[in-house]
Amino acid sequence: MIKYFKTIKDVVGSIMIVEDIEDVGVGELALIVDQNGNERNGKVLELVENKAIVELFDSSNNMDISKSKIRFLGKGLEVGVSKDMLGRVFNGLGIPRDGGPKIIPDKFLDVNMGPINPVARDYPEQFIQTGISSIDGLNTLVRGQKLPIFSASGLPHNLLASQIVRQAKVLGDNEQFAIVFVAMGISNDDATFFMEDFKKTGAIKNTVSVINLASESSVERISAPRIGLTIAEYLAYELDMQVLVVMTDITNYAESLREISSARDEIPARRGYPGYMYTDFASLYERAGKIKGKKGSITQIPILTMPDDDKTHPIPDLTGYITEGQIMLSRDLFKKGIYPPIDVLSSLSRLKDKGIGEGKTKAYHSDLLNQMFYAYSRGKNAKNLATILGENAISNMDKNYVKFANNFEEKFVCQGEYENRTIDETLNIAWSLLKEFPRSELKRIKDKHLDILLEEK
Amino acid sequence: MQGKIIKVSGALVVADNMVGAKLFDVCLVSDKKLVGEIIEIHGSKASIEVYENTDGLKLGDVVENTQKPLSIKLGPGLIGNVLDGIGRSLKNIYESVGDRIKTGVDAQTLNEEKKWKFTPLKKLNDEVCEGQVLGSVLESQIITHKILVPQGVFGKITQIKRGEFNINDVVVKIKTKNQFVNVCLSSFWPIRIKRPIKKKIEVSQPITTGQRVIDTFFPLARGGVAAIPGPFGSGKTVVQHQLAKWCDADVVVYVGCGERGNEMTDVLNEFPTLIDPKTNRPLMEKTILVANTSDMPVAAREASIYTGITIAEYYRDMGYNVIVMADSTSRWAEALREMSGRLEEIPGEEGYPAYLGSRLASFYERAGNVLTLGGENASVSCVGAVSPQGGDLSEPVSQATLRIVKVFWGLSSSLAYKRHFPAIDWLISYSSYVPNLKGFYQNNLSYDFLERKNYVMKILQEEKELDDVVSLMGFDVLGDKDKTTLLIAQIIREDYLHQNAFDETDTFSSLKKQDKMLKCICEFAKLAYMAVESGKVYEQILSIPSRSLIGKMKYIKEDELEKIDTIISQISSDFLSLNSKEEEE
Repeated sequence: MIKYFKTIKDVVGSIMIVEDIEDVGVGELALIVDQNGNERNGKVLELVENKAIVELFDSSNNMDISKSKIRFLGKGLEVGVSKDMLGRVFNGLGIPRDGGPKIIPDKFLDVNMGPINPVARDYPEQFIQTGISSIDGLNTLVRGQKLPIFSASGLPHNLLASQIVRQAKVLGDNEQFAIVFVAMGISNDDATFFMEDFKKTGAIKNTVSVINLASESSVERISAPRIGLTIAEYLAYELDMQVLVVMTDITNYAESLREISSARDEIPARRGYPGYMYTDFASLYERAGKIKGKKGSITQIPILTMPDDDKTHPIPDLTGYITEGQIMLSRDLFKKGIYPPIDVLSSLSRLKDKGIGEGKTKAYHSDLLNQMFYAYSRGKNAKNLATILGENAISNMDKNYVKFANNFEEKFVCQGEYENRTIDETLNIAWSLLKEFPRSELKRIKDKHLDILLEEK
Repeated sequence: MQGKIIKVSGALVVADNMVGAKLFDVCLVSDKKLVGEIIEIHGSKASIEVYENTDGLKLGDVVENTQKPLSIKLGPGLIGNVLDGIGRSLKNIYESVGDRIKTGVDAQTLNEEKKWKFTPLKKLNDEVCEGQVLGSVLESQIITHKILVPQGVFGKITQIKRGEFNINDVVVKIKTKNQFVNVCLSSFWPIRIKRPIKKKIEVSQPITTGQRVIDTFFPLARGGVAAIPGPFGSGKTVVQHQLAKWCDADVVVYVGCGERGNEMTDVLNEFPTLIDPKTNRPLMEKTILVANTSDMPVAAREASIYTGITIAEYYRDMGYNVIVMADSTSRWAEALREMSGRLEEIPGEEGYPAYLGSRLASFYERAGNVLTLGGENASVSCVGAVSPQGGDLSEPVSQATLRIVKVFWGLSSSLAYKRHFPAIDWLISYSSYVPNLKGFYQNNLSYDFLERKNYVMKILQEEKELDDVVSLMGFDVLGDKDKTTLLIAQIIREDYLHQNAFDETDTFSSLKKQDKMLKCICEFAKLAYMAVESGKVYEQILSIPSRSLIGKMKYIKEDELEKIDTIISQISSDFLSLNSKEEEE
């Protein structure tokens, strides 16, 4: 027998209080039927004495609580998964929004799977070639990593993300590849951009899209990435696919967290964001990875726009503490017309050391990248000095470094939107820039590697 | 009598009908038997912090009070193990429930079946007192696990066995004044209570870490406490891992508190393959991991650092020097904040509870160089990483930590951007242990090691001042002496302080190597200054051929250290020929 409660007492924003409830569990889904018979979805957040605090996934507009009723479904949010989801578009609750037929699920999965036991994890160390020099050469992405793009409004993060999606591959490997695209609170234009791009390149048939537009419910925005990641886990761990999850825009997601937190009267931490934001972010990002004995993997590229270009803002800050590095976009480079405007000095891939080297890329890759970082950083410093004091005030060697820094930005970082460089091409460009220096300056390259480089090229 | 749930809010569960409950009693919540701890009592109601995901709990679910504080089972088998925040073995959890950690899993800390060979060291009828060693078990090739007389027990041995036993078998019986005490290979200890010692003693020995910037400039003492604050990407975790790998502590307890899952996996994969330079055995044979990754329940994060330090104290009591790494204490503080918010306490700064500082202090106070109950000198040292938001050290957790610790390794993102690792900023870091360690340095290294260290640090300070000048007026306005100072500072930074954790030789420098390298650099500096004073110009110093050899020093292997002496003599002869060349002209 289905039991409805007609005891809805309060509604504040998306939060609703139901009294005199029985046999209701925390985290359970609820179905609300309003005075006109329209259905809305919700979830139990808290239980206090005889009350349940329910969060609505849809808006609470136009609801007469005295005439509405609610029933609890006895289970948490689940998503029915199937291979047929590839090529389809869903909303933040996992319901098709592309007008296509219903999905006949292979099975239902809880969207909040338990944490992966660290003992069960397999360490990510397979090099992914993105074809983008500043990533492959200096901030290498590996399979199973979570590497966010820290962008800001107006910068071409969408272009970069779609280029990565287009070009990313593991060398010498023909495994099945899938993309899960999660859009949270983005504009219709941005969503269309990605969808069109996936269509143009044919990637769409391997893509599952979960889209929650800016105009849609902010509670659904919280569930969208969980739906997407659950589908990704199904594809990776049950269908053995290599899954790349692109999530945009984490900033919108965090705004929704704050909105809901303040509706619940919680004590805020920094800048009004809830104190559990770190844990909440971790429950998304930590779902990237590889599991022992499973063929598939989940690699995440979350995109976030830093409010006011400030990377100390809680959203990029907490993200950076969880993810394995970051790709930082720079407005200065963008203004200079350099695409992709990746600021390699503040970017970082924590897993790069395991993904590069002999048998993966080149034995001297690590030395080469350390030397590049050093030279570019010194060149940039010298350039700053030269702008204050004039060209002549800096030493001859520093002039060489300035020249290097300019060449580095123009030849190494800068590349076409459709230019797909192999790792060999990337490292060749790197060496062609570095070899201009006398050998005594190349301190970070080991002698045995220098000998090989000088001989080879 | 069973309690009934009347409120569920995140990790906080309130149960009624809990008469007789005590603070910090462990409760089993609902028929899933989720583990929780009582943190507040109001009349018959108790607030319980639950260490697992509370989804699915219902009002009216039963709560069972075990009447015991949160304890961990200590015994052989801890070494090489990975535990979660409340001391359950993650390997056992993996074997029983698979890839993901499910709620309500009942997993033991130790292997209950495994037989260990117990070798008694006392005889029948021996009089024993608390803390004395009764016998031992070879836990790993490098750790002998000593079985001690429990705290508060004084008496005569009435039975002592020899042979193979599991951890719950009684191996020794002791008759005290009024009772018999059974001792088995394992025992329980409540994690929030510090294990007793005879007394604390002053620190006098360093922990060598093989990291030049730490050992030479900002050393940590055995029994000392250090903090590593730094923004993300500045290499906190790499420094922590390097310390865990190379420090000369007997036992390493690594607490991954709210950090990345892959980092724990990295440690799990890498440590068994790395060889401890002191014992030539795999590092895992002296390491214990406590892992509460960021996606694991937040409440257990709060408990994880106590679990870690309790294990450390347990090994200390056997006479070992133990180091605890907590990465990161900020996540622990956030867990405190989250619970405080749910308890509706009045928040202090940035939402953190007002008792943050005292909790942190009482944690760090458990470290120290001590005389154990058994009369041995042993220590627990503690290194806590701090993750200040936005790298801003004025935030509450950093400030509360800085008030307690004696060593501060400040990481700087500008060094990290230049890929200068370890990115420990020498201008802001400090160690208050140097005076305590003076004797050690004088007995074990060159007599003027400390002088050289100060000399080099002075040059680095001068570099900072000169840099300010250069950035305003350019390099050319400097005199030859100042230019030389900048050159030497560059050598110190790049050839000494910079250390590549991923290079097989450079990743570890013994104190002896550090001593020689420092000597070499000081030699160059002194000769260069002398040359400038006698009228040579900067370009001449720059042209000294052996200058490039200094950069190769870090790659010299530990068994070929005499090569550094060759470089030193090379430098002397180069300067000599610089002087003589001039004379010829």
